[in-house]
Amino acid sequence: MKSLAELAAIRDKMKNKVAIRDSETGTRIVVGMATCGIAAGARPVLAQFVEEVANAGLSDAITVTQTGCIGICQYEPVVEVYEAGKDKVTYVKMDVDKAKRVFAEHIQGGRIVTEYTMDNK
Amino acid sequence: MKELSLNILDVTENSVSAGAKNIEVSLIEDEKGLLTLTIGDNGCGMTPEVVKSVIDPFYTTRTTRKVGLGVPLLKMAAEQTGGSIDIKSEVGVGTTVTATFDTKSIDFTPIGDMVSTMTTLIMGAPDRDFEYIHRKPGAEVTLSTLQLREVLGDVSLGEPEIIAWIKDYLTEQYNNFGGTN
Repeated sequence: MKSLAELAAIRDKMKNKVAIRDSETGTRIVVGMATCGIAAGARPVLAQFVEEVANAGLSDAITVTQTGCIGICQYEPVVEVYEAGKDKVTYVKMDVDKAKRVFAEHIQGGRIVTEYTMDNK
Repeated sequence: MKELSLNILDVTENSVSAGAKNIEVSLIEDEKGLLTLTIGDNGCGMTPEVVKSVIDPFYTTRTTRKVGLGVPLLKMAAEQTGGSIDIKSEVGVGTTVTATFDTKSIDFTPIGDMVSTMTTLIMGAPDRDFEYIHRKPGAEVTLSTLQLREVLGDVSLGEPEIIAWIKDYLTEQYNNFGGTN
């Protein structure tokens, strides 16, 4: 059984980490989670990015956040990637497999997966 | 929506947007197969005129565009089973959305993955408190972020490691719950 004691142990480990995070210079992955995004399948896409970041041990450098409707409902699920000093990249019609690929090739490898981007539609 | 849990995620986001500090999500199933969903908050609330219009798909408080489909989709999901929706709200006090469903109806949308819905909500608004309960005869799943916060101190509920713990905590409870509808 999961216990609160176990949660306390995680907390103690976290306490040292929290101070060193700097979301201003790090990468932000933003997933649209309005009605349109949720209906189109954004929840598992968001969960996949969170899992990829956690598995890669990159939660200090990369934040995954949610946003509302950005007005291109027909392209949902929409994922925006913000990296310091670079243009925003908008990925459209995302799913779990595409999220895995974007994480591996773009977030970790630095190569934008152009076939999934907005400009390509 | 493919799962009721997605409607719940969507409509509960309204409570977050309303600035609520405390948000209650409850799913209570009785022995006759009646499911009552309650989403209650202490957010900014709505005037009676706004409450009347909120079930209209072409009503929204947003100024950027003019369609809000969250509540109408939940209403449809309830009514197609023979159930109903009720919204009680008071400005400055909060809002409670109650929807009932006949789970035996052929048009009942399965509840689906409530673990993902709750972790997504907490991740998106780690500064709010969520009280979650899902009860059916002989079994229940509960989560109180207030209780977790007592343990966590100033460590955010939104930290990936904490979300992972909450996910496991709820999944474990659902394993003993005997599956959802």
